[in-house]
Amino acid sequence: MAQISLEHVDKTYPNGYVAARDLSLDVADGELLVLVGPSGSGKSTVLRLMAGLERVTDGMIRIGERDVTDLPPQQRDIAMVFQNYALYPHMTVRENLGFGLSIRKQPPTVINERVNTIAASLGLDKLLDRKPAQLSGGQRQRVALGRAIVREPLAFLFDEPLSNLDAQLRVETRVELSRLHRKLGATMVYVTHDQSEALTLGDRIAVLKEGVLQQIATPMELYQRPANKFVAGFIGSPAMNFIEGVIQRAEGSAGRMGMCTFKGIDLTLDVPCDGESRGRVFLGVRPQHIEVSGDGESRPKAEVGVVEPMGNEQIVYVTLSGGDRLVALASPQELIKPGDIVSIRVRPEGVHIFEGQSGIRIEPSPRPIDS
Amino acid sequence: MKSATKPGPRWGRWIFGAALIGLMLFTLFPFYWAIVASLTSDAALFRDPSLWPEHLIFDHYRALFTERDFITPIRNSLVVAGTTTLFCLVVGTLAAYALARIEFRGKAPIMAFILAVTMFPQISIVSPLYLLLRSLHLIDTYPGLIMPYMTFAMPLTVWVLTGSIRQIPKDLEEAAHVDGATRRQSFTRILLPLAVPSLATTGILTFIYCWNEFLFALSFTLGPERQTVPVAIALFRGQYQVPWGEILAAAVVATAPVAAMVLVFQRRIVQGLTAGAVKG
Amino acid sequence: MRKTSRLGSEARLGWSLVAPALSVIALIAIFPLGWTFWESLHLHELRMPWLGKPFIGLANYAEIVKDPRFWGALGHTAFFTVVSISLELLIGLFLALAMNRVFRGRGFVRAAVLVPWAIPTVVAALLWRFIFESQGGIANALLVRAGILDQPMVWFIETATAWVPVILADVWKTTPFVALLLLAGLQNIDLTLYEAAAVDGANAWWQLRHITLPLLKPAILVTLIFRTLDGFRVFDLIYVLTGGGPGTSTEPVALYTFNALLQNLRFGYGSALSVVIFAITFGLALFYVRGLGVRLGGEES
Repeated sequence: MAQISLEHVDKTYPNGYVAARDLSLDVADGELLVLVGPSGSGKSTVLRLMAGLERVTDGMIRIGERDVTDLPPQQRDIAMVFQNYALYPHMTVRENLGFGLSIRKQPPTVINERVNTIAASLGLDKLLDRKPAQLSGGQRQRVALGRAIVREPLAFLFDEPLSNLDAQLRVETRVELSRLHRKLGATMVYVTHDQSEALTLGDRIAVLKEGVLQQIATPMELYQRPANKFVAGFIGSPAMNFIEGVIQRAEGSAGRMGMCTFKGIDLTLDVPCDGESRGRVFLGVRPQHIEVSGDGESRPKAEVGVVEPMGNEQIVYVTLSGGDRLVALASPQELIKPGDIVSIRVRPEGVHIFEGQSGIRIEPSPRPIDS
Repeated sequence: MKSATKPGPRWGRWIFGAALIGLMLFTLFPFYWAIVASLTSDAALFRDPSLWPEHLIFDHYRALFTERDFITPIRNSLVVAGTTTLFCLVVGTLAAYALARIEFRGKAPIMAFILAVTMFPQISIVSPLYLLLRSLHLIDTYPGLIMPYMTFAMPLTVWVLTGSIRQIPKDLEEAAHVDGATRRQSFTRILLPLAVPSLATTGILTFIYCWNEFLFALSFTLGPERQTVPVAIALFRGQYQVPWGEILAAAVVATAPVAAMVLVFQRRIVQGLTAGAVKG
Repeated sequence: MRKTSRLGSEARLGWSLVAPALSVIALIAIFPLGWTFWESLHLHELRMPWLGKPFIGLANYAEIVKDPRFWGALGHTAFFTVVSISLELLIGLFLALAMNRVFRGRGFVRAAVLVPWAIPTVVAALLWRFIFESQGGIANALLVRAGILDQPMVWFIETATAWVPVILADVWKTTPFVALLLLAGLQNIDLTLYEAAAVDGANAWWQLRHITLPLLKPAILVTLIFRTLDGFRVFDLIYVLTGGGPGTSTEPVALYTFNALLQNLRFGYGSALSVVIFAITFGLALFYVRGLGVRLGGEES
């Protein structure tokens, strides 16, 4: 097993499309790092750069102690699971699993033994003589996994491996992958566009946008302290609400350091901040930090648009009188109907502030003791 | 495949059906008539012809292989078309692989050039090829036909093969690379086995084009010794009159293998033809 | 600069794999083309070797311009091309639309239609020659029986009637190819467009005019370019069917050139004719690609 590091990697395609821009990141030995981002963010390209299927325009890639920047894929000793599995259609499951070993001129007895062991551990032992076309989607997925594992590579790369599975199988396989990662203790890089997959699988998550690394952190940190507005909006479901406004040092809050007043069109709120007066900012708040109550008495008031019952909660879409739209989570006991006028309360402890221009997070000052 | 147009009103379907049946009759009648005529005596051929013949005779077929030497043109055609096809497949596969899979500058002009050559009028190179073959003493020889045949067979092979290799998913070879295969290994162990059906189709197409070729075969052969099937049939002469019975028997013999190949590989041939011509 | 060297090795591999095929094509197709041009600048009569092979500049071309047989041949070629392609496109479109439907026997229709395309042109020409041959032939018999003709006629003795079997044979042989190209185009059209149109209340005719034909235009243009260039090099068919006759009244340019070269052994003049044919074909192709914006396949996205 080995660590992978990218140092100032640039990737520009001949047509001018930039897939990676000055990208530096380290995948620690034994870590499962998830690369996540919307389509076109360059996440798959970064994976292909690691695999050697694409060449960097500039920068360096290291696997273990070795500089592999100029090595072709076959010399990098990594394994990759492709989105549509890329099983060799003309070979049986056994031949697919053993291909990497036979290319490396391992003796047939060794190949056989390893293939049998891996097949048994993945429940593929009865399918060894089938061709990929005769397998179900889940079985193909497992063959692709097995083909990667059988070689005991330095690292594993996954390119959206669950996207072709149905919802239930996807969850099962996700758990299976997590277990596999712990069992093998292997370095893994996993690409997905699905933020919930990223949160559940990753030791750490790297968020990419247009080829630029936005943040790399543990799932908890990413969720609780997103580095910018993009990450805040991308991670978490339903997505975070943003309200545009200005921040001023709280006037009447003498002695309460680190508190500011946020003024949006509809919303005025005391929020923790760094104590500076700022111009335009975005206030970010997750739906679960917005309380909706049916009395319609206290301010601000809002009109309910759509209610989506989810069983253990309901997602409520409201419009404030100034036109701001918010998404809130309410408990299923609340009786809320479209057209209702409701009161909105934003819990200050769940608030994030982002600079209006750059979208960069503004960290609140440490909270004073006397609050 | 699903239907693109829903069945229309009843009268529309009648017209459609009638037109289709008419077209089918138009398509099949010449074959029917040629087979019938090849089994009819010369004397009866042009005397109040009947669509339903009464006496069938096999004299023309017998004559084809006894009185005339129709084996020789068949052998010539097989040798020339077969050699050309094999050579084009070997050389063409390498080129098609490069054009489909390797990124390098100049690819687009090469494709355009190859396409241009497929459309180029054969007659415009007959004169130098004739002079060239004459000076090499290759007129009326197999190499003297195989070489000119490359002019159309090679671009055709490369063009069709490039189109079909592009349709094989690239990630299979990428997976092989990651699994440790070198470029050569991923070519021989992954791509080539997967391309076998495409190679077969392309081979059949190229073979048919060579088998049917007429202008070069007519220009660069002198006598029955090296004439191919189309030339031999076109130049059939009888002692007193045109030997239609034998000509048609020969036509049936020359057509049968091609027709059989087309019927068996119909679907694949259509794919091969259109993959190269119209971008899917 | 290591990256450029990596890319350089890719390019080298690419070129070295393409090289054999390209050099074969260049050697036997492009080089002779240059030679044809060189030849066309000479007086080269193989029948009269004592004349040698003097350089005469553009004299052969000057002769072409004043050669009525050439202009006649060009006219016949154009006539043949326009008439046969129009018919082929119409019938081919019908066939393609038909083969795109589901009906009993569709597989049979597809296969049957492909056979005329696959057989040697010489054989196709012979079949049609036989059908129209002599006053006792089957075409005459059927036409008289159907009351279309009063009495049997000799088709190959008059220019106008000699064209009938020629055009029929070409339509018979080539329509399948046209239909297949168009069918491939049809199958690229998203079927939900028709469903959407049908839901919106559009009838079959509207769908044909506003969905099928506009979306089929690229395929139609590609077909047109292939067929036009084919039409201009027509040789086998007419060589066998009419031999260019009666007289030279159905002789196309390729046949005239062939006669000049291999019947009369006038290599200088014949080469000049070859160059002219090449130039015309090239011009036509250029016109289609540039003028009509035909996009030929082969380039990835």
